[in-house]
Amino acid sequence: MKPPSLGTILLGLIPFIATCFSVSLWDRIYPIVFGLPFNFFWLILWLLLTPLIMWGAYRLEEPRTRGDRDKQDGAG
Amino acid sequence: MSSSAVTLTIISILVAIGSLVGFLARSHHRMDLEQWTVGGRGFGLVFVWLLMAGEIYTTFTFLGASGWAYSKGGPVLNILGFQPLMYVVSFFILPPVWEMGRKHKLQTQADFFQTRYNSVFLGALVALIGVICLIPYLQIQLTGLGLIVEVASFGAIHRIPAMIIGLGVVAAFVSVSGVRGVAWVSLIKDVLLLSAAVFVGFAIPRIYFGGIGSMFAALIQAKPSHLVMPGTTKYLGHTWYITTVLLMSCGFYMWPQYFAASFTAKNARVLRRNAVIMPLYSVTMPLMFFVGLSAVLVLPQLGNGDLSLLSMVRKTFPAWFLGIVGGAGVLTAMVTAAIQLLTGATLYAKNLFRPMLAPSMTDQQVARVAKMMVLVLTVAAVSLAMYTSASLVSLYLMGSAGVAQFFPGVVLGLFSRRVTTAGVFAGIATGIFIVVTLIWTGRDPYLGWNAGLVALCSNFVITGLVSVLTPQRTPAGNETVPESL
Repeated sequence: MKPPSLGTILLGLIPFIATCFSVSLWDRIYPIVFGLPFNFFWLILWLLLTPLIMWGAYRLEEPRTRGDRDKQDGAG
Repeated sequence: MSSSAVTLTIISILVAIGSLVGFLARSHHRMDLEQWTVGGRGFGLVFVWLLMAGEIYTTFTFLGASGWAYSKGGPVLNILGFQPLMYVVSFFILPPVWEMGRKHKLQTQADFFQTRYNSVFLGALVALIGVICLIPYLQIQLTGLGLIVEVASFGAIHRIPAMIIGLGVVAAFVSVSGVRGVAWVSLIKDVLLLSAAVFVGFAIPRIYFGGIGSMFAALIQAKPSHLVMPGTTKYLGHTWYITTVLLMSCGFYMWPQYFAASFTAKNARVLRRNAVIMPLYSVTMPLMFFVGLSAVLVLPQLGNGDLSLLSMVRKTFPAWFLGIVGGAGVLTAMVTAAIQLLTGATLYAKNLFRPMLAPSMTDQQVARVAKMMVLVLTVAAVSLAMYTSASLVSLYLMGSAGVAQFFPGVVLGLFSRRVTTAGVFAGIATGIFIVVTLIWTGRDPYLGWNAGLVALCSNFVITGLVSVLTPQRTPAGNETVPESL
């Protein structure tokens, strides 16, 4: 099993930093954005940003695994 | 027709349609163990999405999210925190798990441990812990199902007969259709649940407050502390949030049913793509929160927070609409219970019963034992749900914290050469011991930390230490060991 590349792991860390470790920075009511308390707004925003970042990770990871996939397709 | 007759008729029709689809889904496939458990390993993006979403959006998230928003406030945000992150974790671990699954024809999580660590006993231990953790989770679905029918029938049907009928249907359709039937019923309930959630989530704040923004404005005026952590609780603050989000995002795919769902994929790419898009599905979760938060001001006297969504729907909309929401909820509970039964039964038959008691059994006989086990688990869960109604949340937490203890064995098993069978044994034993001690003695959170994460960290340390101290056993057929490390 090839371990994931450093770049992919760093990308994967971004959502963890933004929504988990930094909780004391964003868990507050103000400023209100689009009518939402800031903590609700922040986490909803990251529901949308996380797929974008992981799409980047997917693009990075896909060429590395392409060789394996051709093998699978041939075998399957 | 009275209101309760209208809602119950609609719920019955939806359940009937769902079950019919489940039964029909099998028609073109020969039902061997491989087809029954992992759908012949032929599911593409949409099917895997349906299956995973179907399993992940359970009664607990559906009723529990609005319930926590109502009763606890801010701490409910942990759901929005861990859901995207568990998909990030799945991006890294599920594709290699799938890879190993294809290579060694794995069907269960215990198969993975058995093959990677070359030990039937480790496989059996993982199966045993998995089945034990599944029973309370199954019980939660049943209780949810009973609650929905009780509220929707305006108290006319007691929850126990409702649970028994619902579970009878589930057990029958699991035995007949296997994982493919479940994926199709998931499609129906997802469409229903999604449209109901989106509609209710926007409509309720609008009807009572004029919009989501005004609902929040009213809540900030009345109870600002409800909207940030620790909300109405004492201990669920920021340390608890971080440790819980970490535990849930690492531990979620360690549930045997979610782990095994990855084997249904056609290739590893399907799983990676799924991990990328799944967080978008969580967009419905805040809508559930909005309903629970509206209920804080509209129905402040509810005894049970888990009833806040259903009670708001019943108060606000006509009976037929409560029927649709209730039907979606019942199908959700059924799909979730079905996949839990399927997983528990296969784990028991394949990884406990056969290797320990009857090693010469054929796959066909294993399939038969598994189908009998569906009945046994059904009866066990119904009796548990009937006799113990209290502390479902603590049972669920204990189950989640329990299965999370598989995480070091999975991750190190995939990416490290140095980890040994003895190390993983010792780590899992330590982790489970700590979970049971801390949670049973009421020490969760422990010093502000989620008890499951305390156990998981100790588990990692012990796995590492024992692995360094024990000699490495090279598994038969070297390819189970990571190549590039």
